[in-house]
Amino acid sequence: MTTVLHKQEQVTLDTFLRGIWEENPVFVMLLGMCPVLAVTNSTLNAIAMGLATLFVLVASGTLVSLLRKMIPREVRIATYIIIIATFVTMVDYTIQAISLDLYNSLGAFIQLIVVNCVILGRAEAYASRQRVGAAVVNALGMGVGFTLALLCLGTVRELLGAGTILGYPIFSPNFEPWVVMILPPGGFFVLGGWLLLFEWIKQRRERRTLQAQGATAHGS
Amino acid sequence: MSDSLNTLAAREPGTARLVLALALAGLVSGLIIIAIFEATLPTITANKAAELRAAVFRVLPGVSRLQALRYEGGVLVAAPGRAVDDQTIYAGYDREQRFIGYAIPAEGPGFQDTIKLLYGYLPGPRNIVGMQILDSRETPGLGDKIYKDAAFVANFDHLSVDPKVMTVKKGQKSAPNEIDAITGATISSKAVARIINEARERWEMRLPLPGSEPVLIGQNSQ
Repeated sequence: MTTVLHKQEQVTLDTFLRGIWEENPVFVMLLGMCPVLAVTNSTLNAIAMGLATLFVLVASGTLVSLLRKMIPREVRIATYIIIIATFVTMVDYTIQAISLDLYNSLGAFIQLIVVNCVILGRAEAYASRQRVGAAVVNALGMGVGFTLALLCLGTVRELLGAGTILGYPIFSPNFEPWVVMILPPGGFFVLGGWLLLFEWIKQRRERRTLQAQGATAHGS
Repeated sequence: MSDSLNTLAAREPGTARLVLALALAGLVSGLIIIAIFEATLPTITANKAAELRAAVFRVLPGVSRLQALRYEGGVLVAAPGRAVDDQTIYAGYDREQRFIGYAIPAEGPGFQDTIKLLYGYLPGPRNIVGMQILDSRETPGLGDKIYKDAAFVANFDHLSVDPKVMTVKKGQKSAPNEIDAITGATISSKAVARIINEARERWEMRLPLPGSEPVLIGQNSQ
C-alpha cells in the first residue's frame, strides 16, 4: 500500500478469497472484535450478525466505489459513515420486522455495525480506490470471512456453553453445560483457541515451504 | 506522499462544495431511512402487538379476548387502539365476555439491566396466576432462569399477593405468598418479586372494586 497511485486490481479469485483466509478480518486482522466477542454466544446470533455485516459491507462498498470520484477527499470519512449508517438502519428495521426475538438477542450490536472498523476500513482502504466489480467481490469475501469467523466462535460457544447447536441438543441430557462459555469470558477463551489454531497452521505451512525451498536449493 | 499532498492542496475544493456534498449525502440518507421506516413500521408494530397478545394470553389462563385499559383522570377506562404507555394494563375476558383478570406490565432494575415483565392478576381472590418476562438482560445460565427455568416461572401460577410477594431459599416455599428463589440468581429472583410488589402497590388503588370492572367494548377490541 505504499504506492500513491492506486493500482486498479484485476478481479480474480484471490480478490474474493483473500478476505476468507489470508486477510481474514477476525483471525488475521483482528478487526471488529466488539461484535465478535459480544454476539457469538449462539450459532443463530453469529449467523444473523455475520449476514447483517456482510450486507452492509457489500452495499456500502458498492456505493463508496461508485461515488469515489464525486466525494471530496476532505469529507470522505464523514460521507462513508453516512452511507454505512443508512444501510445499518435498513438492516436494523428489517431484522425488527423479521423477528423480535432475534432483534432482542442481538441487542445494540446491530446499530453498532456502523462503527465496525472492518466496514470503514474496507471503504477507505479498498472500495474508495477500486472499480465497482473489485470492490463488490472484495467486500463479499471479507463479509463471508467475517461470517465464517463468527460462526467458528458461535458454534463452539453454544455447543460447550449450552450443549446445543441452533437450539438442538447435541449431547445427552447428563451433559452439564460450561456456562462460562456463553458468558463474556468464554468469548475470549474461544477466540484465543481459534487464534492459536490458525497461527499454528500458518507457522507449520511456512516451515514446510522453507523446508521445501531448502531441499530444492540443496538439490541444485 | 508529500508530492501528492501538495498537488491535492493545490486543487482543494471550496468549503461550499464540502458542505454541499455532506448535505446531499445526509438528505439522501434521511430519505432512504424514512422510506425503510415507513415500509417496515406496520410489520414491526404487528410483531410487537402479537408478542404482547401472546404474553397476555399466557399469564391469564382461560382468556379468549382482551382489551387495553388506561388509567386516566383517576379512573380506568377502555383505551382500544391508543398508544401503549406505563399507564396501560390489559383486561382479559372469557368467551362469554365475562371479566377474568388483569395483565399488568411492570418493570424495574434487575441484576444487570431493567427487567420488563407482565403478570396476570385476579382481583377477586387477590392472586397472581402467571408471569412472563418480556425483556431482560440477566446473566445467561444464571439470572436468565427467571424465564428459562420452568420451576421458577411455575411459582407464579398461583401466588397470593398478601401481604406481599416474598422470596425464600429454594425448596422452602411454605406460605401462598412465597416464591422459591433461583440458586445462584438470588438478586434476579428478588428483583422479580420486588417489581411485582411495586406494581401491585401502584395499581392497588387504581383498580375498580371486584365486580365493577370495565366491560369489553366491541367484539374484537385489541
